Amino acid sequence: MSAKDIKLRVNNSTLLQEANKEVKISVRNLDLFYGEKQALYSVSLDIHENEVTALIGPSGCGKSTFLRTLNRMNDLIDGVKITGNITIDHEDIYKTTDVIKLRTKVGMVFQKANLFPMSIYDNVAYGPRMQGIKNKKELNEIVENSLRGAAIWDEVKDRLKTSALGLSGGQQQRICIARAIAMKPDIILMDEPTSALDPISTLKVEELIENMKKDYTIVIVTHNMQQAARVSDKTAFFLSGEVVEYDVTSKIFSMPHDQRTEDYITGRFG
Amino acid sequence: MRKQKDKLYRGLLWGSAFLTVAVLVMIVGYIFFKGYRLISFEFIFGDYSPSGGGGIWPMIITTIYTIVISLLIATPIGICAAVYMQEYAKQGRLVNLIRFATESLTGIPSIIYGLFGAVFFVTTLKLGMSIIAASLTLTIIVLPVIIRTTEESLKTVPHSYREGSLALGTTKLQTLYKVILPSAMPGILSGIILSIGRIVGESAAIFLTAGTVAAMPSSIFSSARTLTVHSFLVTQESGDIELASAVGIVLIVIILALNLSATFISKKLNKADY
Repeated sequence: MSAKDIKLRVNNSTLLQEANKEVKISVRNLDLFYGEKQALYSVSLDIHENEVTALIGPSGCGKSTFLRTLNRMNDLIDGVKITGNITIDHEDIYKTTDVIKLRTKVGMVFQKANLFPMSIYDNVAYGPRMQGIKNKKELNEIVENSLRGAAIWDEVKDRLKTSALGLSGGQQQRICIARAIAMKPDIILMDEPTSALDPISTLKVEELIENMKKDYTIVIVTHNMQQAARVSDKTAFFLSGEVVEYDVTSKIFSMPHDQRTEDYITGRFG
Repeated sequence: MRKQKDKLYRGLLWGSAFLTVAVLVMIVGYIFFKGYRLISFEFIFGDYSPSGGGGIWPMIITTIYTIVISLLIATPIGICAAVYMQEYAKQGRLVNLIRFATESLTGIPSIIYGLFGAVFFVTTLKLGMSIIAASLTLTIIVLPVIIRTTEESLKTVPHSYREGSLALGTTKLQTLYKVILPSAMPGILSGIILSIGRIVGESAAIFLTAGTVAAMPSSIFSSARTLTVHSFLVTQESGDIELASAVGIVLIVIILALNLSATFISKKLNKADY
């Protein structure tokens, strides 16, 4: 199946005709190259506001690369070239938006918790402080609200001034989510946020994602198909840098159009 | 058979470790027993008298001057250069060339630096034999050390810190100041400690650039004598091993004190960052 056919399929799917939810992120004909090597082929999809969109696919299929185009983290890598366009709230993020501003609007949670060697409080307050917020009361409020938003306030409220690195992996990851929330973003990108966590911590993060979607638009990369099925509203299946299928999650998992999607979700490869 | 081999190797390793410590203890012990009789308040804080006797206070002050001035110049330049090469410059041929050059610089014998300092700082820049000329020469000597160690410690800062910070909408400079440099601080400090060791231990280059005047320097533009140069000169001129050893004791104590305080500061800094 050629890239053109895929585009047709995406365009014909029920998604683009759905009018009730605002399109938050719109991606058109996105190609990405690492030097000579092409990693994404003509990706086009719309991500809707206040929904959880899951990106699934085997390792190296381009789902993480795609996720990182949304807050321009790929800019950090030498030799990355991008064509096509991505708009967030109708603004082309590669042309008109300032990258610093973009990243305050589009938060990110990484595969492995990457808290700084500072206290819990300082980690969460880091972003706002860098934005120039100095008022103690205001910072206290932001930190508390963010930690509550990440459902970890009760666990850490008595030790905000202790090292964040002393927490368990699952707690650290939720602090990372709080740190992202503290910037008051519209969109939160999550790159396999639970792949390093135990099942109970994973469950907590999944519940959190469920609760967060009323306030944020969430895009999550996951290796775990049950997770995609549990938490997401829409699912995009990536294979070799192309979007094979993008649809409502329940449809993807019950009656996928494409044979490759079916093979993947039934565990025949990947 | 294999067990015996294991024993043999273990013995060899232990022997090497023991030998190292033994040599160190012997040197320090030798210096101490040769010189401790001369150590007194008067010896340390008194003025030097060329007719024999007198203290070494001018040399201690000169030594401290050279340490402080060279570090004041070398540390900021060294850290900035390392940050540029590690964080900003496009990795490629040019940066590798600079790296190769700094590495080569650390291997050059200090007498060569001394000759350069004598020609360039003392004569061309007309600074004369002076503390400042010696300090500038020492700056060049320790610069590669600071650049190398800073670069190495920047390399150990996890990439995920940089990503985490930048993903929060911070600028590169904010990330550098708030996350990267604090994490690299212990490594940078150990580079500074190494540099202090090199400065205090240097004699040839200082001999050629600061001269040998054994009086209290009136300013950084006067010629003066550091402890190592003093130690060298008294041995050479009068064969007074006892005096040279006493100076040696003071040197060892100064280096020890500086190392300990640097370690202390680094621990303090680490604690401040948790």
